[in-house]
Amino acid sequence: MSELKTKEAFAQSSETIDGNIATINFGPTHPSTHGIFQNVLKVDGEKIISSEQTVGYIHRAFEKLSERRPYNQITPITDRLNYCSSPINNMGWEMTVEKLIGAEIPKRVQYMRVIIMELARIADHLICNSVIGVDAGALTSFFYPFTEREKIYELYEEICGARLTTNIGRIGGFERDFTPAFHTKLQSFLKTFPKAFEEFDSMLARNRIFMDRTKGAGPISAERALAYSFSGPNLRATGVDYDVRAMHPYSSYEDFDFIIPVGVNGDTYDRFMVRQEEIRQSVRIIEQAYKNLPEGSYKADLPDFYLPEKADVYNNMEALIYHFKIVMGETEIPPGEVYHSVEGGNGELGFYLISDGGRTPYRLQFRRPCFIYYQAYPEMISGMSISDAVLTLSSMNVIAGELDA
Amino acid sequence: MEKLNNEAILNLIQGAFPNDVLFHEEPYGLLTMEVTATKGHEIIEWLKNHEVLSVNYLTNIAAVHYPEDAGREFAVVYQLHSWKNLFRLRIKCYLPKENVSIASLVDIFPGANWMERESYDFFGVEFIGHPDMRRILNEDSMDYFPMRKEYALEDDTREDKDDRYFGRNNQ
Repeated sequence: MSELKTKEAFAQSSETIDGNIATINFGPTHPSTHGIFQNVLKVDGEKIISSEQTVGYIHRAFEKLSERRPYNQITPITDRLNYCSSPINNMGWEMTVEKLIGAEIPKRVQYMRVIIMELARIADHLICNSVIGVDAGALTSFFYPFTEREKIYELYEEICGARLTTNIGRIGGFERDFTPAFHTKLQSFLKTFPKAFEEFDSMLARNRIFMDRTKGAGPISAERALAYSFSGPNLRATGVDYDVRAMHPYSSYEDFDFIIPVGVNGDTYDRFMVRQEEIRQSVRIIEQAYKNLPEGSYKADLPDFYLPEKADVYNNMEALIYHFKIVMGETEIPPGEVYHSVEGGNGELGFYLISDGGRTPYRLQFRRPCFIYYQAYPEMISGMSISDAVLTLSSMNVIAGELDA
Repeated sequence: MEKLNNEAILNLIQGAFPNDVLFHEEPYGLLTMEVTATKGHEIIEWLKNHEVLSVNYLTNIAAVHYPEDAGREFAVVYQLHSWKNLFRLRIKCYLPKENVSIASLVDIFPGANWMERESYDFFGVEFIGHPDMRRILNEDSMDYFPMRKEYALEDDTREDKDDRYFGRNNQ
């Protein structure tokens, strides 16, 4: 029996398995694609020779839709990009519009946003990492984090009433302040989550089988990752410490102390470990933001954009006019061109907005990190086995909604 | 090293390409310039290899349609980022509707591949030298470019969704 080779050595060797090239469809609907994408693989035995992706199965024309919608009606569209961390998308969009209109946002709102966005990041990374476990054959590790994710979703519910497609917050702040129930739930979450998380971590992080399966699976070098415009945890796993929160701080991220974890090899294991550490850092950020939550208003003074109190609408002429204008989308927007980006669950989520002064954007483009880094997938799985391709796909956290817009 | 400001960056670029920066502005602090479309590729390559500027990251590519702007109906907008100096840069190339084509950036940034395919898919911008110029999100058999402004989103016969209600004249 010949000696077992490492995954890299196997991928680089010209060794063939049986020399017969077969073409197989991996997807569009396959239990391990976690969404609808197709890969046509050419395989020699189980070794992948080449692959070709087809994307666009759930394309919903978001950019075109945005050209017909008033600004506040675009927030629900952004929910459906990376639906594992909708609040980050929502707030990224709100901040883009605020940047365009030059709004000043109270410190309290910024801190509240940071808390929600970091909760969203935790939920996003928890799903991704537990799914890596599933694809490596460890179903138990899938169920543990769901208890915790459920708590995060309950926190969303306290803010906005929704769970998955949140449409959370408003242009200018939040629809209401944190409720007493939110405070109780957040405190209890901060108390119980770290322990539960370490339990989840202990199931996989140093698990011999899991490490053997993920180390060396789907690696990419830092140079190639940069050339492919990678961002987010996938880039950091290659050892590049680019994080929008640190490089171009928004929403007062400069006030918080956190580290940006990086990997070394850019393989599945490193991506897993980077996300695990980011969850710990997110908890740290939430703790800091919650402890130092400034007093003040939960909304900016933006009568043109922020819906007035209902009681005022019935009793106050001004408020009625503003209410009508906002609901009918008659708000004046200055012409301009703005790019704003936030660190989404998957990387740099950018909004490139051109306004011509009309009631809808003239052009809105979403920089969707998934769409950009998924193109490197064939290169990453070339020479790997099919089971490694499955792991690579889930560890890249390719979200169909974000991929196809 | 001192942080480069937009003026210094612009001076460096104008020094190397004296006739090709046609227009520049700084909306929200982001240096934006229009360059000669045929020189776009060369300028971006120069920016990437420049010792001081080292614009190493292609953030995104967006196409925009301006049907009223005769002779420059299409804009291709490149947003670039220099991580060494922490500045963003926006480069625009305008193209006439008769010849909507521009050199592909795939040889400089492999990541431009899908971004360019997306611009082709939705706006019909041809990227010359692209290894695989096909549609990406839409169906291959589609015979029009849906993000162009002539394709209204709503059914034209509907009266309740008149474009005038959206702050624009009907085109």
